[in-house]
Amino acid sequence: MSAVSRSSHLSQPSHVAFDEVSHQFEDIEQQREAYVVGMWAFLVTEIMFFGAVFLIYTVYRTLNHAAFYEAHKQLDIGLGTLNTFILLTSSLTMALAVHWAQVRNRRAQIMALTSTLGLAGAFIVVKAIEYSHKFAHHLFPGGNFVYPDASIADQARLFFSLYFGATGLHALHVVVGMLVIGAMLTRALRDRDARADYIPVEMTGLYWHFVDIVWIFLFPLLYLIPR
Amino acid sequence: MSAHSEAGTPVGASPETSAVSSHRSEPSYLSAGHTLRSWLFTLDHKRIAILYLITISAFFVVGGLAAGAVRVELISPRGTFMSNEVYNRMFTLHGVVMIFFFLIPAIPAILGNFLVPLMVGARDLAFPRLNLLSYYLYLAGGLLALTAAVTGGVDTGWTFYTPYSTFYSSSQVTMTIAGAFIAGFSSIATGINFIVTIHKMRAPGLTWFRLPLFIWAHYATSIIIVLGTPVVAITLLLVVAERVFHIGVFDPRYGGDPVLFQHLFWFYSHPAVYIMILPAMGVISEVIACFARKRVFGYHFVAGSSLAIAVLGFLVWGHHMFVSGQSMYAGMVFSFLSFLVAIPSAVKVFNWTATIYKGSVSFDAPMLFVFCFIGLFLIGGLTGLFLASLATDVHLTHTYFVVAHFHYVMVGGAISAYFAGLHFWWPKITGRMYPEVIARITAVILFMGFHLTFLPQFLMGFAGMPRRYHYYPPEFQTLHVMSTAGATVMAIAYLLPVIYLVWSLKYGRVASANPWNATGLEWQIPSPPPTHNFDEVPVVTGEPYDYEHLALSENEEADGTRAAVPRPQLDPAARGGAA
Repeated sequence: MSAVSRSSHLSQPSHVAFDEVSHQFEDIEQQREAYVVGMWAFLVTEIMFFGAVFLIYTVYRTLNHAAFYEAHKQLDIGLGTLNTFILLTSSLTMALAVHWAQVRNRRAQIMALTSTLGLAGAFIVVKAIEYSHKFAHHLFPGGNFVYPDASIADQARLFFSLYFGATGLHALHVVVGMLVIGAMLTRALRDRDARADYIPVEMTGLYWHFVDIVWIFLFPLLYLIPR
Repeated sequence: MSAHSEAGTPVGASPETSAVSSHRSEPSYLSAGHTLRSWLFTLDHKRIAILYLITISAFFVVGGLAAGAVRVELISPRGTFMSNEVYNRMFTLHGVVMIFFFLIPAIPAILGNFLVPLMVGARDLAFPRLNLLSYYLYLAGGLLALTAAVTGGVDTGWTFYTPYSTFYSSSQVTMTIAGAFIAGFSSIATGINFIVTIHKMRAPGLTWFRLPLFIWAHYATSIIIVLGTPVVAITLLLVVAERVFHIGVFDPRYGGDPVLFQHLFWFYSHPAVYIMILPAMGVISEVIACFARKRVFGYHFVAGSSLAIAVLGFLVWGHHMFVSGQSMYAGMVFSFLSFLVAIPSAVKVFNWTATIYKGSVSFDAPMLFVFCFIGLFLIGGLTGLFLASLATDVHLTHTYFVVAHFHYVMVGGAISAYFAGLHFWWPKITGRMYPEVIARITAVILFMGFHLTFLPQFLMGFAGMPRRYHYYPPEFQTLHVMSTAGATVMAIAYLLPVIYLVWSLKYGRVASANPWNATGLEWQIPSPPPTHNFDEVPVVTGEPYDYEHLALSENEEADGTRAAVPRPQLDPAARGGAA
């Protein structure tokens, strides 16, 4: 039995803080591929999660189309469009961050990640403003829900349930994304020699684009209902 | 009696086996640390499997006690010792614990966790920390559900049907659902880990069609977990939102539709029964090949049938809703698709029986549990066709017929297979042999107790006894008493392994690396395995289950005339090239 085993790095603890291959992997390539496949598998679960939300929305919008059309006029299309713009731009900066992580341009990567984080924060702020308006107008489907047109109040309540449910879950994903991007930023700031593996940033990018795509579906479904 | 059940070093052990086990370079994973911390924060998939084994067994006891209480209660037509409220909570506790905290995780999280990396020749799962996280999520979810049970319980049944669960029930629905929700993320973590490990971490030479069928089964299971679990997660989340905020998604008062809940719930929960049975089928394929000393008949079909079940399983949920007001045409389509699932299931059963045909069959305990499985799964599967037929289902739905069908597949099938696997790999997991005679007796007791418990339930259901009823007409009493008597026998069959398996940890015969003389990578390393599983990355040069070649080369070794038969098994010496 020769000692050329690729498991030999087990006995040589790596002193490199970044770019480290975990013990269960043979080499960095295998680790990278495993991470990417794992991330995609996770995104599949996310698609199924939001898929169910979209299914429920589709069923109820088909059943109550006229009422949903009326109720959606209560949403602020201006703020919704602004948020779409913000989130799409953040996807651009995220894609740039991934690119610069791959070419090991640390400074540019830090700038791109900071911009992404800032845009994500802006998205949440705009969302919070929208929510507070809805609360002020008693449009949150809780105890004191009041809809101006009593004849469609029940269906409008359903619309706002779905609105708050879907955008709330999406906002939760944005917040989680911000935490992850923040972690990537910290990692890049500490990685002075730009030695860190780019795969974590790439995975963050995949997640962030997913969050973006969910919004790309949510925005027209909720804000742009045709007659 | 065949050679592999002899004591000590197996007579026909392959040369690789003895070579590897003779120079053990690392301590076994069991002796790699003895502190509590070394167990609770371990990242070793084998230790996490042990954590799961202990915890899941504890939940099995809870679920089993609840079942026992329900059976005792039903001895008399007007109940024996419970109020209606307690009875409802008791059968719900049984269902919730057994489904979410035993059947779904049992085989994947215990045997799968232990064996998937070993069988693919990897040092660990792809994401060890995610694996540990999945254990703690499971534990947290389970404890939450138990807390709900002792602080008032939940009375909705494990299905949480709306609007009862959202509007009427004043029991601990929210906390129980939170428990199931968290446990769902535990399964997702395990599923993702398996998918990545099977895709990316197979040893050199281990192509897809050289994989053990246990791996195929777990791959199919993981796909179901990844696709299905998020849907039930959002559904249960909406039930909680409905209870807390009255958002109206499932509330008819606001235009919501309770039947939509059933669609979403069964979109996961029907595939979930395949999450429970597919890993069991993987175990059966491994054990049956070993104890029939033959390759699994129609390997490709058995492997493909796992995927077929996973795919078709997603298209049949509507058969739970034939009487829920779903359209007749939807009912017909779902009925047809449900019949289709019988095909891959039958492929498996026929191929297992064909594997036994002309094999050198030995009747060790794991094999007896396999026979239990095949017999009980056959009845469970065929009665499923009654329920898939629209007309008969209208009569049989919500009766004990459904209960009996489900338990034949799940308890008769999945738990028999779980025991088969636990006994088969017990020497690998613990390094000790279980006591053979009493294990065989247990398998026989289980088989008889099972039939005594659930055959009467088919009869009751067919005669119209509804499920979940506390009081029943006196003419059903004889059958109920028989069922309870059977449950008592089953309780003995469940208690015995707990006693003798624990006993074997200290007093069992020390197991060799490959006590069954089985093929498969997990048997080529010491028992119990070292922490990093393989000293060297194994290279696989042949098909799995090549018992015919194994027997051939053994005979030749015995004759001292080893011919130039290419070894289909592991060949560590050849690893350099294929790397």
